[in-house]
Amino acid sequence: MSTTSDAPAAVAAGSGGTGGSRLRARLARVSRAAWFGWGGIALGLIAFYIVLPPILVRSMVPSLVLAAAGIGLAVVALRAGERRVGWGAVVACLAGALGAYGAVKSGAGNLERVIVWSALLAAALRYATPLTFAALGGVTSERAGVVNIGLEGMMLTGAFFGAWGADVTSSWLGGVAIGLAAGGVMGLLHAVFAVSLRADQIVSGTAINFLALGITGYLFVKIYGEQGTPDDLPEIPDVSLPIGWIPFLGEALEQLNLMIWLGLISVVLLSFFLFRTPQGLRLRSVGENPLAADTAGISPIRVRYYAVIASGSLAALGGVFLSIGFVHSFNQNMTIGKGFLGLAAVIFGKWKPGGALAAALLFGFSSALAQRLPVFSPSGAVLFQALPYVLTLIAAAGLVGRSRPPAADGIPYERH
Amino acid sequence: MTNPGLGGGGEGPGTLTVASRLSGYLRGGGVLVPVVTALLAFFVGGLVVLATGANPISTYRAIFEGSGLNWLFPWVAGEDRVLAALNLQQTLILTAPLILTGLAVAFAFRAGLFNIGGQGQYLVGSMGAVYVGSSLDGMPAFLHVVLAIAAGCAIGALWAGIAGLLKATTGTNEVLSTIMLNWTAVFLGAYLFGLGGPLQNSDPTQQSIPVSNDVLGSARLPVFWGDPELQGLHVGIFVALAVAVLFWVLLNRSVTGYEVRAVGFNPDAAEYGGINAGRSYIKVMLICGAFAGLAGALDILGWQFRIATNDIQISLVGYYGIAVALLGRNTAFGTVAAALLFGALLNGTSVRNLDPTIFDPELATNLTYIIQGLIVLFVSAPVLVTTLSAGRLRRRLRPMPSPEVKSGG
Repeated sequence: MSTTSDAPAAVAAGSGGTGGSRLRARLARVSRAAWFGWGGIALGLIAFYIVLPPILVRSMVPSLVLAAAGIGLAVVALRAGERRVGWGAVVACLAGALGAYGAVKSGAGNLERVIVWSALLAAALRYATPLTFAALGGVTSERAGVVNIGLEGMMLTGAFFGAWGADVTSSWLGGVAIGLAAGGVMGLLHAVFAVSLRADQIVSGTAINFLALGITGYLFVKIYGEQGTPDDLPEIPDVSLPIGWIPFLGEALEQLNLMIWLGLISVVLLSFFLFRTPQGLRLRSVGENPLAADTAGISPIRVRYYAVIASGSLAALGGVFLSIGFVHSFNQNMTIGKGFLGLAAVIFGKWKPGGALAAALLFGFSSALAQRLPVFSPSGAVLFQALPYVLTLIAAAGLVGRSRPPAADGIPYERH
Repeated sequence: MTNPGLGGGGEGPGTLTVASRLSGYLRGGGVLVPVVTALLAFFVGGLVVLATGANPISTYRAIFEGSGLNWLFPWVAGEDRVLAALNLQQTLILTAPLILTGLAVAFAFRAGLFNIGGQGQYLVGSMGAVYVGSSLDGMPAFLHVVLAIAAGCAIGALWAGIAGLLKATTGTNEVLSTIMLNWTAVFLGAYLFGLGGPLQNSDPTQQSIPVSNDVLGSARLPVFWGDPELQGLHVGIFVALAVAVLFWVLLNRSVTGYEVRAVGFNPDAAEYGGINAGRSYIKVMLICGAFAGLAGALDILGWQFRIATNDIQISLVGYYGIAVALLGRNTAFGTVAAALLFGALLNGTSVRNLDPTIFDPELATNLTYIIQGLIVLFVSAPVLVTTLSAGRLRRRLRPMPSPEVKSGG
């Protein structure tokens, strides 16, 4: 895949064609050798999949055969010069074989308790939702050219004010509204420094994180003290769908929190906004080339203000879900790094809402797995929690393909 | 373009924007500016205290006395003086690692890098020190201490070196990579010293406690002021001060320092002048990591003597380093002074030292975060202009030299 197929193409060409034809055009660019590589990756995954429930093959042989075949395909791809996919396939097959070995060596009962796909998917969605909201906030802000390291703090702000708002208004809707507004205020603060004062955006984002930690902790101790948030905190309701009879997806999706669905809908909405509306195009143009945007009559300053405020509100929604949709209480510094994971999802997802969701789901899945792994080894499960961070490091290092930020990301804009 | 914008930048050429006026003011300000910044932050913090219904003056006074800095006043005598000495020892114990994590951030800043990874480097440094310090029984004391410290420095350097290597080879943004390395270090520590982890304590009666083995007596840093039983002041503060001097010499009197500053001013010009910017990035990160790793080693060998997984998660020493370096304007002396300020603030607001009838220490701890956040925020706008001014960032401040519209696909 060529590296230019990402963001800049969309900006330069505007929005061209329907989704279907775009996809077809994109697939047509994948070379034949690359298809072999992708086939190798698939075989590596299948090699691991068949030893897990529900198939639960109790022998290494089929997996080894599949992995060997996959490496064969990888060699074909590599010889044709498809290095990225080729090496990806080699890694996938080796990992698949290794995983298969581990699975065959462990008890079938344990496997069946840990690998319940529908439960894992539901848990992955639950863990991914705070990250998704934070990542959407990050995409909004960075697409407009403002780096937002303060996502963590904005999320924490949302978590506290969501809980506090739900408490004082006795309604979860009040909590959502107040959390949203509080996140917006933090976004505004970041915007004042990053946009108007042309501060170093990373430093002012770091300041936001410290401030949010202090302000939420201060108010929490002052208002709730030793007891913590009340037990009868209004909670965001679950959505029950009558789809439990559908084997896999139905079981996973029949009982999920409203915010999880809202997160998924937000991904679609933001994606549509950014890539299918004039306002979205304007926002992206400010992130790519603010001078050109200014010349075209768009105010980069105003657009960036809106984007950073929206970014704070979105990240805060993730925090609101965390406190009154998931944990049902607030604790000091309860986001512990989730905002940074959201930031990682932005980069992993190549500054696109859909990509960010995929990355958030991957992180959520590894959290869900880490939650269940203690059946095997409690200490190993802890190490598993580091996986998203290591993955992001690898992704950022370019091994998963170039991840290219908007051209003017992080650069303050000054009019002349 | 004369449309007035929200940013106050629309007055047209010739007139100064808010930010450039601030930066000029800062550049001319010298020592005064950080002091004013800190005072402003404390003032806003005082408003927060006032809003809570407490008296800001008596609160700050109590924090000051809790920090033991009143020991410096010759008229404090008798029992007060004994208490002040105890408090000051604790303040200085906290100051030593802050100096080092501050220098770890400052050194990177001078090379145009933002090292957010001090926390991770600090953590792996403490892990290395606790491992070496708790094994090798029977080693001579001095050698054992040196080895444990070297282990902390080396692992910290390697950890940061990953970010430097990625920056040099693939251009990976160091902010992102160091954040990821921070969290990886947290979970690595939780794994190593957690229940069933490979480095959990080997005492059979303590297998339910996620903590490392204790550092052996031969690897503990000597206490030179106060009672070792009461956590007196260990020699680590001198090590930190020596490193601050080293920092100054390295930066201002060595070839490496020249290269670092040149790359920090303008990597392209430095390359043109024959400096390998990539190699400089790696070197800088190795040095930063060694500083932060040393901070972790001093804490372990000086007063903590063990790692508990709970402490790993709540430790913020490396993050404080960012505020310390920014307030200290990335200079050796400034960093030491800022570290002393934050050390005093942390100790003065600790549960042990602050009288709850004057101000709730739990609130005060959060007040510390707020003050730090305000300091970083106030410093954020002009700091880039003063420290990294001539090169990268000044170029960034100018409007883009309108590159041709990238066409792709």
